[in-house]
Parts: sequence; structure tokens; C-alpha cells
Amino acid sequence: MDRVPILKLGDILIVTIQIDLEDQSVLALQEDLADTVVATGARGLIIDITAVEIVDSFIGRMLSTIASVARMLDAQTVVVGMRPAVAITLVELGLSLGGVRTALNLEKGVALLDHVWDRARR
Amino acid sequence: MTISTTAAQRRIEDLLGSHEAQTLKRWQEISETPADELRELFLALRAAVGEGDFSDVRGLLADFSRSRARLGLPPAQTSRAVFGLKEAVYELVEADGDPEALRGYIWFSKLVDDLGLFTFETYSAAREKIIRDQAEQLLELSTPVVKLWEGIVAVPLIGTLDSARTQVVMEKLLQMLVETGSEHAVIDITGVPAVDTEVAQHLLKTVAAARLMGAECSISGISPQIAHTIVTLGIEFGDIVTKATLADALSHALQRSGVELRRESSARIAVKAERA
Repeated sequence: MDRVPILKLGDILIVTIQIDLEDQSVLALQEDLADTVVATGARGLIIDITAVEIVDSFIGRMLSTIASVARMLDAQTVVVGMRPAVAITLVELGLSLGGVRTALNLEKGVALLDHVWDRARR
Repeated sequence: MTISTTAAQRRIEDLLGSHEAQTLKRWQEISETPADELRELFLALRAAVGEGDFSDVRGLLADFSRSRARLGLPPAQTSRAVFGLKEAVYELVEADGDPEALRGYIWFSKLVDDLGLFTFETYSAAREKIIRDQAEQLLELSTPVVKLWEGIVAVPLIGTLDSARTQVVMEKLLQMLVETGSEHAVIDITGVPAVDTEVAQHLLKTVAAARLMGAECSISGISPQIAHTIVTLGIEFGDIVTKATLADALSHALQRSGVELRRESSARIAVKAERA
């Protein structure tokens, strides 16, 4: 089974999904992420799905679950780089990813996290 | 095919060959079509009757039908022109008086019927192609995505929205968001005459998809009647930003992206007015 690598950049954890996600690797990723957030004390989590071309309801729910888990551990989740076709599919499936922040690309995702933290500090 | 039919066919072939000029002339008179258009067809048909291969005739007929359709002639007239050959050949057969020729005429008549119907098929196929092309062009033409500002794109929608068009609009808008890296999108529905639940549903879906990609989407150009309709239908737009005009939506998007708009003091305009 392929494991998705988790990169740490300052306070942010970056996950770039570049493989076809199977149910097993999705579950493994959820666990790995929760462990890493706790271990590193990260406050932000960016999931880059630029390379993901096909989604189903399971992956849609996975994103929501990861965001909820991360929020319990005091980390903000941003999903970046969603393709138009993927966005349309998720909407047609009726998944609006409540509670997940989104950004167009990694750069804007990092900027969004900075913005959120700025506001929280004030 | 029985031997007698083959013999009958050969009789018709002989008749066509020996009375070529005469038949062609009668056909012209009956169908009221210029000679040069018919001559080629006639020659091809004569050759085909002998060989039993009608692909050349069909090719010529297709051209014939298309060129007449382009002139705006009704398809019935084209078919009638083809059917005219039956009458011309019948006169030949009658004059000949051979029972073999009569039997052959039945076969020939069926053949000409087929060819006449073929012109009709060609005509409708050509028309359908034109309609398809136009529908495609309309789809392309009617959905431009324009850039209003760095990071702000807009889609001015014109005409009635249906599922197919909304799908194209949705895909194009989302694609533009990715290509230009825009975080704000405005859907302007000034040119949409009516909004029903289905159209509203499509708009809401587009906004939701844009949000999933990390862009904000507002809807502008809502006329008083459309606002009334939406409220009466009980459609909930939730927290989606809606504005009356594109200008309002643009200023909202600018504000959200941190651009500050400030009007210069009106002194300059006053100076101009004085000069005039």
C-alpha cells in the first residue's frame, strides 16, 4: 500500500496527494495526519489535490473528516488546487465540504492560513 | 435475382443507351431542370444500371441535392426532378412495346424511387448538420469569461439558461479561475430573461463549485422581477453575495481583495465644464 508523505514547513503540514487514493491509503493518511499534528504541534494543514482527477463520496468525506480531526487538535485545514471537474463532481454528489477552507493553489493556501492566524491573534 | 429480371434490366439498359438524347431531353422537360445538371446524373445512372454499382450515382445525387438545397429550393422539388425520369423512361417503354421492357420498368421505377428518397435524406442530413453546427457555435459564443481586474473574472450570461449551457458556463468559469488564479468571480445575469428553480439550482451549484476551489463567487444583474420571482419561488441563496448591477459586484470584489477605490475631488470635472 502506498503511503502519502507528510511534509512539515514551519507551523504548517503539507500533504500532496499524487496517487490514486485507495480506501486503505485514505484511512492510513487520516491516522498519519492526526499523529503528525500531535507530534509536531502544527497549527495548519494544507492538503494539495492538484493531481487528483477522480473523486468519490468517500474521498469527499475523508477531507471533511480530516478537517474535523485537525480542528479538534487546534489546526486549520485548507484544501488547495481542486480541479474544476473535481469541484463539479463534489457539488453534484451534494458534498460541500463544510468546515473545510479552500484555496486555488498552495501559495494562496499559505496566505489564507497566515490571514486566519492574524485575525485570531488580534 | 431471377434470370428474367436480369433480362428485363438489360432491356432497360439497352433502351437507355439507344435513346440517350431523347430520354435526357424528355427528362429535362418534365423536371424543368437545366440540362447540364441532369446529363452527368443520367450518364452515371446508365453506367450503374449496367454494372449494378450505384455508389457513383449516389455521390452525384448527394452533390445535386446539396447544391439545390443551397439555392433554397425545397427538397420535394429535388425529389420530383429525380422522379421525372420515370415518366421519361415510361414513354420509351410504351413506344417499345416489349413485355420484357415493361417488366424492367417495374424494377427501374423502384430504383428511381430509392434515388429520389436518397436526395431527401441527403437534404435533411445537410440541414441537421447546419443546425448542429449553429447550436455549437451559439454555445461557444454565448459564454465568454472576461477579466475585470487582476484576480476578478466575470461571466455575462445572455439568453435562456438550460442544463447544457449552464454546464459549459460552469466548466469555463472554473477553468478560468484556475488559469488566471482569480479568487473572485462574478456571474452577471442581466441578460437572462427568466430564472426558474432549475436555473437557480444551476447558479447555486456553480457558486458551490467555485467555493470548493477556493474562489468567491457573487451573482449580479438581478432585476426587480427576477428578485421577486426568486423570493416567490422560495429559493434560498444563503450567504451568496447578490448585487443589483455588475458595477456593485465589481466594487464588492475589489473591496474583498483589498483594493481601495477613491474618487478624486470633483475639481477637474468642474474645470472642464467651465472651459466648455
